[in-house]
Formats: sequence, C-alpha cells, structure tokens
Amino acid sequence: MSALLGVEDLRVTFPTRTGVIEAVRGVTFTLGRERLGIVGESGSGKSQTGRAIMGLTAEHGTIDAKRLEFNGIDLLKASKAERRALRGRRIAMILQDPKYSLNPVMTIGRQIVETLRAHEPVGKAEARKRALDMLSAVQIRDPERVFDLYPHEVSGGMGQRAMIAMMLIAGPELLIADEPTSALDVTVQLDVLAILDRLVAERGMGLIFISHDLRLVSSFCDRVIVMYAGRIVEELPAAKLSEAQHPYTRGLLNCMPEIGADRHPLPVLDRKPEWRT
Amino acid sequence: MTPALAIDGLSVEYDDFVALDDVSLTVAPGESFGLVGESGSGKSTLLRAVAGLAPVSFGTITVDGKRLGGKRDKAFYRKVQMVFQDPYGSLHPRQTVDRLLLEPLAIHGFDDTEGRIVRALDEVGLGVSFRFRYSHQLSGGQRQRVAIARALILEPSMLLLDEPTSALDASVQAEVLNLLEQLRATRKLTFVMVSHDLAVVTHMCDRLLVMQNGGVVEQLASTDLAARRVTTDYTRGLLVASEGFCRKS
Amino acid sequence: MSDAAMTRREWLLTDRPQSRLQARLGRAYVAWRRFTANRLAVIGLVIILGLVFLAIFAPLLAPHSPYIGDLAKARLLSPGPGHWLGTDDQGRDILSRLIYGSRLTLQVVLLVAVIAAPIGLLVGTVAGYAGGWVDAVLMRITDIFLAFPKLVLALAFVAALGPGIGNAIIAIAITSWPPYARIARAETLTVRNSDYIQAVQLMGASPWRIVLRHIMPLCISSLIVRVTLDMAGIILTAAGLGFLGLGAQPPLPEWGAMIASGRRFILDQWWVAAAPGVAILIVSLGFNLLGDGLRDALDPRGSGQ
Repeated sequence: MSALLGVEDLRVTFPTRTGVIEAVRGVTFTLGRERLGIVGESGSGKSQTGRAIMGLTAEHGTIDAKRLEFNGIDLLKASKAERRALRGRRIAMILQDPKYSLNPVMTIGRQIVETLRAHEPVGKAEARKRALDMLSAVQIRDPERVFDLYPHEVSGGMGQRAMIAMMLIAGPELLIADEPTSALDVTVQLDVLAILDRLVAERGMGLIFISHDLRLVSSFCDRVIVMYAGRIVEELPAAKLSEAQHPYTRGLLNCMPEIGADRHPLPVLDRKPEWRT
Repeated sequence: MTPALAIDGLSVEYDDFVALDDVSLTVAPGESFGLVGESGSGKSTLLRAVAGLAPVSFGTITVDGKRLGGKRDKAFYRKVQMVFQDPYGSLHPRQTVDRLLLEPLAIHGFDDTEGRIVRALDEVGLGVSFRFRYSHQLSGGQRQRVAIARALILEPSMLLLDEPTSALDASVQAEVLNLLEQLRATRKLTFVMVSHDLAVVTHMCDRLLVMQNGGVVEQLASTDLAARRVTTDYTRGLLVASEGFCRKS
Repeated sequence: MSDAAMTRREWLLTDRPQSRLQARLGRAYVAWRRFTANRLAVIGLVIILGLVFLAIFAPLLAPHSPYIGDLAKARLLSPGPGHWLGTDDQGRDILSRLIYGSRLTLQVVLLVAVIAAPIGLLVGTVAGYAGGWVDAVLMRITDIFLAFPKLVLALAFVAALGPGIGNAIIAIAITSWPPYARIARAETLTVRNSDYIQAVQLMGASPWRIVLRHIMPLCISSLIVRVTLDMAGIILTAAGLGFLGLGAQPPLPEWGAMIASGRRFILDQWWVAAAPGVAILIVSLGFNLLGDGLRDALDPRGSGQ
C-alpha cells in the first residue's frame, strides 16, 4: 500500500519552568487516501499531532520521531523553506474558528487568490476565475458577491466554507482539519461536513479529522484513532466503534447523554493510571 | 400553585436589533426547564433578562408570584442564582476559591461562613483541599464546580444555567450534569437551563422550549422529543443533526 | 504528606495551599521569582533600596554638614580626598548634600505616588464602571488636565500656591493623576462586562463594593507599574521646578536646585552641576528598570495558564 503519510513514534515536548511537558508521547500511524479521525479530550495531544505534521509546532517545542514521512519526503529533515513550500501546496490545514484564521483586513476573494498565486504561477484573471469556481464548489450560492466581502461580513458557516475553499484551491494531497466545525451550529455543521466529504472524495485527498466528538468522527471517517494523554489507546474502523475494547473509548462513548436513553445518573469515566503508560 | 417563574410577552431590544421577541413561558416549582436553540436564537438573552443582565423592552417576568421591576433587590438574588457557560471567565482571576465563596456570604450577612464554605465545597465534590487555590490552579470541571458552589451557597430556590457544560470535555460534562441532577433532587431546586445540545437538555429537563431568531418555535416535553413526537420541521432538523453526520450515497 | 517533609520552597509553590496565608505567600513568591529572573530589574531594585538606605542613614553617612560650608577655604574645590565630589560655591561638601538630598527626592516621589495614584485609580474605575454621564464628566475633567504640558501646569500651580517643596509636591501630584485615571478606566472597561464581574452583580453586590473589592485589585498591578515608570518623570519635574527656583528653596539640598546653582560655573567647575545630574540619572534609571521588572512580574496573564 502506498502510504501518503507515515508517522512512527512521534513525540512533541515543550520545556516549561516546572519541567518538560510531553504533549505527544510516541504516536504511530499511517494514512492512505482515506479519512482518518483522531479523537481525544483536551490535553490528549490530538491537536499537537496535527500541528507537528503540518510543521506548525510552537517555536520552543521539539519534535522527535523515528519516521515522519509525507509521500517519500522526510519531514524531519526538510528545511524550513521546503516545509513552507509543502504547506498549503500539498498539505493544508483547517482550523476551528474561521474568525481567527482568516485575515480580517483582506477580502475573502483576495485571500484565496493570494494563496493560489503563492503556490502556482497563474495570471490574475485566471486566479480570480479559479477562486470563484472554488467558492461555488464549497456551495456558496453567490460567489461573485462573497469574493468581495471581508471575513467579518459573513456568518461562521460561510467563513468556514471560505476557509475550506482557500485551503483546497492549490489542490493539496493531504488535508488536516482540526475541529473544523466545533464553532458552528449543529445544522450548519452538517452542511460544512457534507461539502468537505464531497471534496475529499472527488479529489482523492487524504484527510485527518481531529475532534473531541467521538460520535461525529465515527460517522464521518473510515478509521478512528483514540488518543489519551499523548498516546494512542485504540485504533479501529469507524463502523466498529460500538465494539471498542479499550475502557477509555467505551467510557467516552457511554458518558454522553443520548436522546431517548433514560440514564440517570450518566456513567462517568473512571480514569485509570495505567492508561497513561 | 404559583409558578416559580412566569414570563409573559417578553421582548429584549438592543437599539435596532430584536434579540428576544414576545416570548412567554411558565416554570413550576421544582421543575427543570430547558431552552434550546442555535446561536442568535435568544435563549441566553432570555436567561440574562431574568437575571437582570439584559434590558427588558416589553413584557413581564414574575418569580414566585412577585413581579420583577427594572432593578433587582438583594432578596431576589437569594432566590435566583446563575451559572455561566465559560468556567475560565466566570471566576475572578485574583481571588482564591475561599474568597469567591465568602463574597456572597459577606454581601448577604450570613453567619457561620466557615462552616458554610466547607459544606459548599463538600457538596460539589471538591473538598477543603481546594479551598485556598486560585482559579488558574483548577481544571475546567473543577472551576465549574466552584461556580456551582458559589451559586448554591446563598441557598437559592432557582438556578439559571447558561450552557454550563458546553466548554467541558464529554467525560467531565457527564460528571457535572450528574452533580447538577443530584443537587436538584436534594435541594428541591428549580432549573432553567440553556443549551445548544438537544441531548443534554432532554437528559436534564422535563420540558423544553425550542427557539430560533429570538422567537419560540415550539414547546414540548422531553418524553415527546425522545419519542420523536415533534411538530415543526426546525426541531426535526435539530434532531437529525444531533445524530451525527449521515453520508448520502 | 507531612509538613515537616516539605521544604519551604515546596510549601510556597504547592498548588494545594492549606490556608489563606499560604495561598497569598505562594502567589507572592511566584511573582518574586519571576521578578528576580530579570537581572536588570534586580539592579533597579538595588538602586532604589540604596536610595532608601542613604535617606534613612543620611546623618551617619554624610561626611560633612550639608548646610554649612567653609566659605574661606573650601569654595569650589575639585573632587579629591576630604571632599570626594568637591565643594560648591558656598564651600559645602557636594557628597553630603547629595546624601541629604536623597531624603527630599524620596519624599517627593512617595508623596506624589501616595496622592496621585489613588485619585487616578478611583476616578478611572468609577468612570469606567458607572459609564454614562458620570464617565463623561470625569473623563472630560481628566482630558482638561491632560491637555496641558505637565511642567507648565505644575508651574502654574506653584506660581499660584507659592514656591516651596510642599507646594511643589502638591502641584506635581495634581498634574500626574490623569494618566492613571485613563489606565484604570481602560482596564475597568475590559473587565466590567466579564462573567466574573457579572457573577458578583448577581450576588447582589452594590456598585461600590464591586468597584472597590473586585475591579480595583485588578487595576492595581498595572497602576503600580505605571507609577514606578513615572517616578523618573516625577523626579525630573521636581528637579525642573527646583532648577527654576519654584521648588525646594535654598539652602535645602534638592538635586534640581543644586544643578541650577552649579550652572554658573559649569565650564570651569563642572562637578558642581554634574554630580546631582548623575544622581538624578541613576535614580531615574533605577525606577525605570524596577518598573519594567514589575510589569513582567505582576502581569496576571503571565501567571498560571
């Protein structure tokens, strides 16, 4: 199998005043052209895993791995310039809140055009046309109008669509989505996911979907990795989530209130120290 | 029986923006009532209007048969307390848990502050070892427990809950929801709870109001919702959305 | 977990304090460690402590009287043994006058801080929290004071009140509170709508209680920093008034007045004016370094999280 991404024994550490914090402690997985979900609670290291692959770990953090390979390129040895060239062009990332990841003083259209022209030598007219096509691909009904709007003039759902358009315009092979819909209302959330789903399938991209929501991830992805305290505790096909073995995964599934299930009190998660090792 | 809370024709307007438009509801004593909706539905505005944090343009709010005026008096706050959504923002950054819990007691001139603080911490499952910590030394769930202890220390009969668990991890959410249910049972509290999460509200509340754009969509019992007996498309849409992503093949 | 097994450092740094005192000391200790990690700030602190030491023990440290000089033999002597910094035109030992002058400098700085900072804090927090017409009235008054250059306004006040060190202090205090009011108001505006202030409102706390007990403590640290940074400016303003003859009156050894009297011989006997000038420079620098260090140590955003 030709893996798109190979991660072996990935570790991310941050030095602090009181000692070293190990955010990610030996994560191993491979990704083909599929939808992989990474699930965990806050502090599980799921976001830091995504950031390390993207090359966005904070300056003072250190990344260490036996292997971190994207399409045969060793990401650990790649220079800053090489990483930058990969970023956006071949690996793209969508963050939680479009409010913070879009530039507030530039129109949406211009940001998409800039992103495209940073990676491909295309003329202005051509770039504009492709940006408009991309905006309609994320089901924005009136792309001409949205093209000239500023990020604060659009709703959260529209902003996140624009963000997806911007991230996909250069045709990346791998998309990392870190809680892409958590800031959105539930109904909007599903629209955005449907768009993401269609584009990933059409373009044959690999997708890493990072989220705290186990149910959402399992309904969206092919395979799910469950993380706890910087480690992978369980990896399983999304369809077999109900057969999860690890008590943490089962606890996480169980503790959510469900419509129609009358469980008072809710089962709570009894964290065991041995899960950390 | 006098309702614990009765709202009649309530509207809240900010300049030209109508945040809440002609909403009426009643909550019986000891009942748990839910408000569900997406952002901009006015659910939080309604709660804040009851607490006196949002200006009432039209309509009336009655608590225990007593109509509320523009200014709330101290007696009102002994009766009604609120827990905020963001546990990171609702605790004063420069005060210890001890000081946070002492403040309401001092304002209302309670005696036996020492014993009350210790009991309040015990009740929310924190224990006295947390008493002298600053909020930055606590996790999100622990902070929310402190916020609940602070709200309950004045022994109110009604608790306004503004998305009390939406900033917490799922496993911590379960713990906090269980705590709230248990406290409601032992103290015979009336809950008015706001959430965007249909599952949380159905789990916690007897009846609920679905809101959209500042208005009421429909009011129904949790059992109706669980049995999918809903009358509007909007609520049906929310129900479907709460079940996760569905790939149309 | 026994207390005996804990070192004092662990006791201070524990995240489960057992008493109010321990929590408070622990917090202070963390701020102190942050402060001492900044070497320049420690230098600033040492300078200021040195100034305090000089002021307290001036009679013991000064080799000569600051007021009585030997007009016959010791006029305008250059620095050397006996008079380490030379003597002035009255034959007085400059080092002794500098040492006694530290008392005046410290007095000016402390009194201005004690008068101006609380006024600014109160005006700013009340204006910020009350809003509406209270805010408008208080802030327009502040603007009027801010519209004048500080020294010019102080000059006008001293001219009206009459020259003298006491009046100079009052004049400087009156002219230096408006920036503090601005800072306190800005800080108040950022916290007044926060959940934790609304939570206190929901407990039925009166507006005064909220301002005094919940908002002011949040503004104090940034105010302390600002006041410390302003100390240098206050010393310079006091020296400026002294230089113009409107501050401390002869024969008081105020540093600004000393520069003024040394000005006449600055080309031939440079040390007469240079010595107090350097003293002002060092103390101003000390306060600035201290202020910068305090800003890093007291900034609540740096703690925890």
